Parts: sequence; C-alpha cells; structure tokens
Amino acid sequence: MKKLLRTLAAAGTIVLAFAGSAAADHTVKVGVIAPFSGPFAIWGKQFKNAVEVYVAQNGKKAGTHTVEFIYKDSGGPNPSGTKSLAQELIVRDKVDYLGGFVFTPNALSVAPLIQKAKVPTVIFNAATSIIVKKSDYFVRPSFSLWQVTVPMAEWAWKQGIKTAVIAVTDYGPGNDAEVAFRTTFEKLGGKVLDAIRMPLSTTDFGPFMQRIKDKNPNAVFVFLPAGPPSFAFVKSYNENGMKAQGIQFLGTGEMDETTLDALGDAALGLTTAYHYSGAHDSDKNRAFLKTLEEISPGAAANLASVGAYDGAHVLYQMIKAVGSDRTKAVAAVKGMAWESPRGPVSLDPDTRHIIQNVYIRRVAKDENGKLINQEFDIIRKAVPDLGLPN
Amino acid sequence: MPAISGILIDGVSYGMILFMISVGLSVTMGLMRIINLAHGGFALLGGAAAHWLTTIAGFGFVISTILAVASVMIIAMVLERSLYTRIYRFTELQQVLATIGITFLMIASVNLLLGSTILPIRVPELLSRPIDLGFRTLPTHRLMVVIAGLLTAAALYYLLERTWFGVRLRAAVDNRNMAASLGINTVKIYAITFSLGAGLAAFGGILGAELLPIDAYYPLRYMVLFLVVVAVGGMGSIAGSFFAAIALGIIDTAARYIVPEYGTIFFFVAMMLVLTLRPNGMLGRT
Repeated sequence: MKKLLRTLAAAGTIVLAFAGSAAADHTVKVGVIAPFSGPFAIWGKQFKNAVEVYVAQNGKKAGTHTVEFIYKDSGGPNPSGTKSLAQELIVRDKVDYLGGFVFTPNALSVAPLIQKAKVPTVIFNAATSIIVKKSDYFVRPSFSLWQVTVPMAEWAWKQGIKTAVIAVTDYGPGNDAEVAFRTTFEKLGGKVLDAIRMPLSTTDFGPFMQRIKDKNPNAVFVFLPAGPPSFAFVKSYNENGMKAQGIQFLGTGEMDETTLDALGDAALGLTTAYHYSGAHDSDKNRAFLKTLEEISPGAAANLASVGAYDGAHVLYQMIKAVGSDRTKAVAAVKGMAWESPRGPVSLDPDTRHIIQNVYIRRVAKDENGKLINQEFDIIRKAVPDLGLPN
Repeated sequence: MPAISGILIDGVSYGMILFMISVGLSVTMGLMRIINLAHGGFALLGGAAAHWLTTIAGFGFVISTILAVASVMIIAMVLERSLYTRIYRFTELQQVLATIGITFLMIASVNLLLGSTILPIRVPELLSRPIDLGFRTLPTHRLMVVIAGLLTAAALYYLLERTWFGVRLRAAVDNRNMAASLGINTVKIYAITFSLGAGLAAFGGILGAELLPIDAYYPLRYMVLFLVVVAVGGMGSIAGSFFAAIALGIIDTAARYIVPEYGTIFFFVAMMLVLTLRPNGMLGRT
C-alpha cells in the first residue's frame, strides 16, 4: 500500500512537472528527419544550413512561441527506419510538427502515422506527386517532377525542337519524368524517337550515347539522380561528340549546384528547367546567400536549401497562427503566398503543394568564373503540381 | 552492322576499366590469399589524392597520377607493416571483418577531409575530347585506358612470370615457411607485393574515374564489381582477371545496347554460369 502511494505521488509529480513546463514557456518543437550520415549526408547538411539561415533572419520566435528544431538522421532511402524515428519524435520528444524528407519512400512511410496523430508535416524535398494525397497533414513547399518536366517539354517545342530521345534512369522518379515529358511533347506535336530506361547502377553511358546518336534527334531529354550518374552522363555526352553533333541536352535537376563544380566546363551551355537556381536574381535570394555564407562559408545553395528554407517559413507561419494547436495548422497556411529565394510562390489550397515559376536555365560562368545555372526564360508562371489527377 | 562493332569497342574499353581497377585485387586476394575488401579503399585514396593534386594543388594529370599512386603505395606499406601482418594470420571471416573495417575508416577520412560530393580529377583537354576513328567517335581517354590496361597486363605478366621477384613471390605464396627456410625474405616480398596491389588499385581508380566517378563511398559502390571480376577470372590469375574483365565488359555493354531495361542482370547471370561450371573461375588453379 505504501509502495503504491509512493508510486502515485511520483507519477503526480511528473505530471505536474510536465504541466508546469508547458504553461511556463511556449516552446514548440519541430522534428526534422533527413540523412545526416552516409552517401546522402549532403542533403541533411543543406537542410540544416537553410533552416539556420531562416532562424538567423527571423529569430527563434514565431509569434509568441519559441521554435525548437530537433534533427534526426534517417540515412538513405529507409522507410521503416524513418517511420520509427517519426514515432520517437512524436511520442518521446513530443514534437508538434515534422519536417525534412529527402526520399519519396521515407515520406510515404510516415503518412499513416501523421494522419492518426494529426501532426502537420512539411516536406522539404521528396518530389513524387502522389505523396500529398496520402495524408491531409502533408504540406509540400519543394517541387514535383511533373511540375518541372512539363515546362521543359513546352520550352523545347517552342524552340523548334521537333524530335527527341528520352533517356531516364530506370526507377520511380525517372519513369515519372519520362511519362511527363512524352505526354507533353507528343501532345504538342513533337516526336519521341526512342525512350531508353537506363539501369540505376550504370555509370558507363557509352552504349546509350551511341544509340541516341544513331537516332539523330534534335534533343535528348534526360533524368538522372544527382551524383555519380549525372556526372558520368554529362562527361559521356561531351566525349562522345553529342554536343558537336548538335543534339541539345534537356534536363531538370541534373545541374545541381553542389555537383556543378565537379562537372567543370563540360557542363557549359547545358539547358535545364527547374524551380530554383542558386544564382536567382532577386534581393531575397541575395540576402539568403549572404546569411548562408556567414553560417557555412563556401556552401552552395541548391534545391535542398530552398526547400528547407521555405519549409521553415511554412512551419513558422503555422506555429505563429496556431502554436501547438496543430489540428488547425494546415488550414492556416492553405493558399498562403510569399516571396521565396526562388521567386514568388504560394501554397495550392487543394493539393497543399507549392505553386511556383519554373525557370529555363543554362550553365554559364559568373564574373568570378564560377559555374552557375543562369536563368534566362520563364516558360510558365505559377505552375501547380501537374502530376496530380484531379 | 555498326551495332556489333559498337558493342565490341565499348565493351572492350569498359572491360579494360574493370580490369584496371580489379587487377590489384587479383594480386592481393588472388596471389597473396588475403580477403582484402579494403582494395576499393586504396582506389579511393588514389582518386582522392589525384583530385586534390589536380584541382586544388594545381599539378598536371601525369604528375598527379604518379604522386597519388606513390603515396598510396607508401600508405599501403605502412598499413601492411602495422595491420596486415596480423591480418594474414586471421581466418577468412576475420579478414573480411578487419578489412571492411579499414574500408570504413578510409571512407570516413575522405568524407571528413574532402566531403561526400564527387571528387573530379581534372584530365588534360586532349583526353576529354572525342576522337574520330573513321566509322565512329570515341572518348579519347577510353583509348588511353585501353592502352594503359594492355601495358599493365604485359608488365605484370613479365614481373610475375619472368623475373626473380616473381619466382620468389610465387614460392612465398605457395609455402611461406619453406620459402623462408630457403633464404627468401618473405616479409619483404609480402610487403612489396601488397604495396604493389594497392598501387595498382590507385592507378585503376584514377584512370577509371571518368566511368566510375570517385566519391567517398566509392569502395562500397563498386566493391561487388571488383570481387566479381576476380572470382570469375580465377584467384591468382592475372590472365584470368584480364579475360574475365573483357568478357564481362562486353556482356554488360551488349545488354545495355540491346535490352537496357533488364539492367545489369546479364552481368550476374554470366558470373553465376561461370562459377557453377568452374567454381575456381575461368583460369583458376585448384
């Protein structure tokens, strides 16, 4: 009996302690799940840098609430690990919001969890259209593959490109990109001469180059994961004389700012369509780059940076509006418009996905001789996610 | 039939790169009989050194390659004297665990010093241009790799089969105690051979970097490739590795020409067939 009483007393103290802390300060916790170790660690680093830039520019407080970010390492594509991290964050760390997510399977794995626990989750990257359909608590200020691929096809057609070969890496996003490009290009009247799905592990692209050259198209549209495949493809593209033959390179995220330097002059002149270039010409972006340089000297701003920066903005606006009363958070930001380092953007009230401009860029050298993605055309303004069936 | 000549040319040049990066493993694992999973690690160290020398220190490609290979050989010598002399006496499983541990250390070191993004090696302008062979164009550096591969194979064959060093090495590998009692300095022979294997790994890593780009996770990404080439070729047979690499290169390339959607499956089917029919590899000694 005595023991029972003591246990009860202890439990009471704990409850009181919790209640006390909740009332005393209005700290709202956000769990950020991303790879911080392994081959994809650069993503976590880019995310964290960008969130820190946002905090440095806007302070630790969103309205009356102090925001605290808790980072968790998911490693690479790892759905089950991501799910248990999310569970741990919600149950043990008592976070009210989640953020991060580089890979589609990781984002999908938490959908049932956040739906049940009613945890608003802001996706900083994962770009497969379907994700936002899987839970009402997903908000995605990053981009989707359809969103950037369709404008690429439209721009190509407008330039007088009539024939194309599609070469994509054979996995989910690559297949999405192929379908998006083909559908748009053929609807406009263009002809797809060949579509090649290249194995994910390949870094020897010589055989594919030969096949593309034999078809002699006006352009080759590619989708490749950033890193070794993009690097090796661009090298092959030059060394096999495709550039010389006049086959134009069309892509989306292959010219990522963190690997652009590695490509060197081989990348000059390559054309891609994307929602963000580190060299975007606006005061907002210059301010972003300035703070980034202070926080992490030498770091490049890329899609991950802008995704996390806008993700932090969305989180701040939700917290400012509703604090820990998270069930109302998503409604509070639906339709919200703001100025991002990438340009003017807003959140689609129906899909909770970002509406943004898609820019056509070509790789060029800036005044310091550094390679950048120079934006020179906007094919379409305010593009929603075009990959979601209505 | 341009397709067949295309397959042969691309296949041989890809096979030669496979040979270049796995021949060192054929020396350490095949001849010396240590399961050296750190082989890719030495290739990574060579590539990372060449990256640093060509892009940051500003040296030329040839000098950088020589310096990078030399420094990897020195590192390998130090590791051999301090760690591998103990690893030689381990059982096979212990060797696997020990050398994979060394690989992780190498990955983490490169990651810490140079980051996890791609580490490009700047090659001379001359090598990054396409070269016109009349009926088709080919990247010049592939031609260089083919020539370097042939020279390496010839030099190794000469070293192992035609010199006193080769005789002593083969004696030491066949029966270390007997060789030692005949007055052969087996400790020295082992150190030199191990260092040679690591140097070849570095050389292959640098030359193959255009096709298998160097980054901190290089050893894990391509470890299977090296092991397959050595296993299919037969342990301890330089000629076996050579023919296995060329054959696998041609098979993989043909699959990519004809049925790209099946990915690399033919590469592994070929491996399984060879190992089923000849468990010791194409030219392996039983």
